[in-house]
Amino acid sequence: MSTQPTSTAIVQPRSLVTRLRWLAGQRALWPVLALLLILAVNGIVSPGFFNVRIVEGRLFGNVIDILYRATPTALVALGMAIVIGTKGIDLSVGAIIAICGAMMAWRIQAGDPHVVVLLIALATGLLCGLWNGFLVAILNIQPIIATLILMTSGRGIGLMINLLYGGTNPSFESPFLQGLSVGRIGLVPTRLVVFAVVFTALWLLIRKTALGLFVESVGGNSAAADLAGISSRLVKYAAYLLSGLLAAAAGVIIVADTHTSDPVSQGLFVELDAILAVVIGGGSLAGGRIYLGLTVIGALVIQALTTTILTSGLPPEYNLVVKAVVVLAVLLLQSDNARHAVTDIFRRRK
Amino acid sequence: MKWFGGAIAAASMMLAGSSAFAVTIGFSQVGDEGDWRPAWSKDMQQEATKEGIDLKYADAQGKQEEQLKAVRAFIAQQVDAIIIAPVVITGWDQVLKEAKDAKIPVFLADRDVDTTDKSLYVTRISADFNLEGKIAGAWLAQASKGQCDVVELQGTTGAAPAIERNKGFQAVISQFPGMKIVKSQSGDFTTEGGKKVMEAFIKSTDNLKGICGVFAHNDNMQLGAIQAMKEAGLKPGKDFLMVSVDYVPAMKDALAAGDANASVELRSAIGKYIYPVVTDYLKSPSDLPKWIVIPSDLHTAATPGG
Repeated sequence: MSTQPTSTAIVQPRSLVTRLRWLAGQRALWPVLALLLILAVNGIVSPGFFNVRIVEGRLFGNVIDILYRATPTALVALGMAIVIGTKGIDLSVGAIIAICGAMMAWRIQAGDPHVVVLLIALATGLLCGLWNGFLVAILNIQPIIATLILMTSGRGIGLMINLLYGGTNPSFESPFLQGLSVGRIGLVPTRLVVFAVVFTALWLLIRKTALGLFVESVGGNSAAADLAGISSRLVKYAAYLLSGLLAAAAGVIIVADTHTSDPVSQGLFVELDAILAVVIGGGSLAGGRIYLGLTVIGALVIQALTTTILTSGLPPEYNLVVKAVVVLAVLLLQSDNARHAVTDIFRRRK
Repeated sequence: MKWFGGAIAAASMMLAGSSAFAVTIGFSQVGDEGDWRPAWSKDMQQEATKEGIDLKYADAQGKQEEQLKAVRAFIAQQVDAIIIAPVVITGWDQVLKEAKDAKIPVFLADRDVDTTDKSLYVTRISADFNLEGKIAGAWLAQASKGQCDVVELQGTTGAAPAIERNKGFQAVISQFPGMKIVKSQSGDFTTEGGKKVMEAFIKSTDNLKGICGVFAHNDNMQLGAIQAMKEAGLKPGKDFLMVSVDYVPAMKDALAAGDANASVELRSAIGKYIYPVVTDYLKSPSDLPKWIVIPSDLHTAATPGG
């Protein structure tokens, strides 16, 4: 199913043609190409685009912005990639971000130590994952419906938490939490370091333990996985827990960024960006595959596009259309059918 | 029909004479986004208690379907009057007709609606978004002596306040040959959005080189912009003229700290402007102008420009 007819990597690439053919078979090619293309267009349109300098002791520039702004989406997308790997979907991640944000603001107002607040936020994400996992894995409700419940109610829950301390001033000051989001370690923004640590841990968990294999087998065929002795129930549960936890981590970064909890707008539509990042990274909603690295590339493609639109001077009315067109183009590049249709035209010319 | 209405008015006058003029008003609110709207909702409830009005409050959570449901519920409960703060401007004809058939007067607060028949509602009571934009533009023109390249943080694309504040601002600064908007993007009325957009602006204009002012369609975006500017080592409020709309509590702090220069108040305590119009109308229905404007005030830092 996942074996590509073109990936004849066993043959040593010799001529340019075979080399290109080998390259075309590489899964990473299209998302990376799309990202480079967007960056290249930027470089041409605004010459200073790639300039990176040091401002206020940290790296500063458009490219850094893309990495920096992509981190929350990428974190959410990693969780989404695992859930989608089990043939599920988690629509509630945006709402989880809103709930975690409200929890953070509330506990900080209540005077908890800020390290505890961080743990509370992450625990809240786990709790949300526990709820989603319960609905999907135990009650066997379809993931799209199960997670829809928290998606619709989550922002309301966030607003209710805001009411616990009056709700009028949900902003807070926290050097520790703000440091995690907008601070720096040496020249590097802290959130990139945080992301690198999380990514490595997740990669080790998925690729160096059997979990990744289990997830992919459950996503490929859950009944067959059960027969093979894998508890699909447990594996699905693990996926939603991870998704909740990663959404919470993204929530900490997003909320600490503006140090204000705004459950109505924070993390709005992040679930769609996350799903898109997974799909741009070659994931399939049919389940059975996880590509962590390519998912991150997918998130970078989306953020590069957003940054491009913001810096381009394009009137805001065109933003969404431009985004849609580019995303469509990237997905067409990835679609085997679309690519074959194009190559067929060239073959016929020969 | 007319005598019937008169009879009701007379009857209610008698009621009013015998006891307090007790009215039940249904209020359909958009939702609880940002800082301004929750403050307004709270004010509406507090003022209602003060005035002895039985207020039925419905939060539509930003959805028109919810709002239509709420209005129909008010009609079913036969409230004396309905106040709608519309989520969007279109799609109101049917439900407004239903209210009219039920002889319940409808008042609009905040945003406008687009109806074919203006008699479907009594009047709209709200601030003038266009005027807010004009006041912001006029302040900036004065503070910069008519010489200013501006970056603009727009509200949610297509939202009435975003369109009107932009128009009002443009109308004023177009009078000054030395003033123009050089960058404009939507920050969706949120702190997060304002911060993101300003970060991109800072990079694409080489640290806001040549820029003299920032006009944000609301305070939340401006507060985000201030954070982004500070993180880039810039001095908002000192090297850049910062003007926005709303005057939320956090903006008061920013003005006091000198990070912002001016904010046009979009009053949230407007129940005292809205209820008298409604109760007076209920006592003696009359033809009101289709728009009753609530005044907007300009607030500046004690020492503008530092």
